[in-house]
Amino acid sequence: MEELRIRPIRDGTVIDHIERGRALEVLKILGVDSSTRDVVSVAMNVSSEKMGAKDVVKVEGREIGSTETDIIALIAPEATVNVVREYEVTEKYVVSMPDEITGVLTCPNPSCITNGGEPVETSFEVEDDGELRCSYCDEVLEDEVAEYIS
Amino acid sequence: MDILSTKEMTRKEMLEVLDHARSVEQGTSLSGEVLGLLFFEPSTRTKMSFTSAMKRLGGDVVDMGSVESSSVKKGETLADTVRVVEGYADALVIRHPREGSARLASEFVDAPVINAGDGAGQHPTQTLLDLYTMREEVDEDLGSLHVGVMGDLKYGRTVHSLSLALAKFDTRLSFVSPSELRLPENVRRELEGSGVEFREVEDVEGVVDDLDVLYVTRIQKERFPEEREYERIAHSYRVSSDSLEDAGDVRVMHPLPRVDEIDPDLDDTEHALYFRQAHNGVPVRMAILDMVLGGSG
Ligand SMILES: [Zn+2]
Repeated sequence: MEELRIRPIRDGTVIDHIERGRALEVLKILGVDSSTRDVVSVAMNVSSEKMGAKDVVKVEGREIGSTETDIIALIAPEATVNVVREYEVTEKYVVSMPDEITGVLTCPNPSCITNGGEPVETSFEVEDDGELRCSYCDEVLEDEVAEYIS
Repeated sequence: MDILSTKEMTRKEMLEVLDHARSVEQGTSLSGEVLGLLFFEPSTRTKMSFTSAMKRLGGDVVDMGSVESSSVKKGETLADTVRVVEGYADALVIRHPREGSARLASEFVDAPVINAGDGAGQHPTQTLLDLYTMREEVDEDLGSLHVGVMGDLKYGRTVHSLSLALAKFDTRLSFVSPSELRLPENVRRELEGSGVEFREVEDVEGVVDDLDVLYVTRIQKERFPEEREYERIAHSYRVSSDSLEDAGDVRVMHPLPRVDEIDPDLDDTEHALYFRQAHNGVPVRMAILDMVLGGSG
C-alpha cells in the first residue's frame, strides 16, 4: 500500500519514518510554503510496521542540506532521508541528533547580540535532553523548534 | 584566554583566579601592555576599577569613550569595532547592552576579551570579586558557608551568576524575596541540576540567624505597577542594625550602588562588608589581567 502512495521520483529527497503528526513541521523546516515551485508530496498517518503510523515527505528536484536534516532530527529523531537520483536511492541515512545548530533558527531574545545586526549566524547548543540553548545569550527555546525558523 | 562567563569556568579555574588575587602584587609585570576599554553603556565604577588594576600592574589603558562620541553612533557593528580596536590594545574589556556581545567579540579578535557585563547576561569579574570577598573575609572554604541572597531575584543577573557559581562550591543557599521577584524557572532548574542545597523563603527572619553572609540586592521601583505596593515590599526587605540585632555575626554584602536597601547605620558595624567588597574589585581584576595578558599563569 505504502508503495502506491509514495510514487517513485526521479530526483529529489524522500524523508520517511517521520513521527506521526510532524510532517507539517518538517515542511516548515524545509521552507516549503505557497511560493515553493518544487513538487512536494506529503503522506500522513501512513501505516508502518515499525512505528504504527508515520508521516512521509517527498520533495522533487531538491537534495536537502545537513542543517535541515539536523533540525529534522530534533522533531523526528527516527526519520530516514533517502536521496534519489535517476530513480535510484543513492544515499540513505537515519538523521542524527546534532551537537549544535548553526544558522536557520532565530534567537527569541530580542536583546541577544545575534539580533543586533552583527555579521554572525545564530548558534544553538543541543543539550542532552534535546533542549536548545543559544550559544550567545543562553536563552532556551521553549516552543517547538519550527517556530524559530527565520 | 577569554573571561566571558563564570558559567563555563570550573571550580578549579575560579579558585586559580581567587588564589592569584590573593598574591598578586603591585608592580611592573604588565609594563608596555595596553588594555582597551569598550564601554557601550556607562559603568564608571567598573571602568575605573579595571583602569586602576591595569595601572597598578604597570600597564596602560586606551578608552573608546562614550558611545555618543564614537563610530558606533554611526552604526558600526560590534564585530568591526573590536577588530579595529584590537590594533590599539593587547586585551579588550567590553561592556555592552546586548547579551552575548562579549562572546561575539571574542570570535572576531585574537586578543583576550574580558566581559564586563553583557546586558542581562554575565558579569564574571563581579561574581569573582564576590567569591573572593567571601573567601577572604568570611571563610576560606566556600563550601562551608550558608549564604542568603535577598531582593530582586527575578531580574538580577548578579544574583543568578553568583548563585550558580556558589553552587559549584556546594555552598548552602537561601533565597529571600517577595513572591513576585522569585528566582526565574531556568535558574531554579540549573540549581536543582547542580545538586546544591537551597531553599526559597519570603521572610529573612526565619533564616538570618543561621546565615554567614546576606547578599542584598536592590528592588527596583519599575518592577511594580503601583508605588504603594513597591514601598510596602521594598520596606520589608530593608536591612538595618535593628533588623540584624539578633542575627549573630552575619556579614552583609551588596554590589553597590545602594539606594535605601541598607541603612547607613549598618556601615560602622561588623556586619558591613560591602565597601571592602567593592575594593576587592581591584585585586581580582589585577589577577585576571595578569593571567590573561601573560604576566603569569
Ligand atoms: Zn540568543
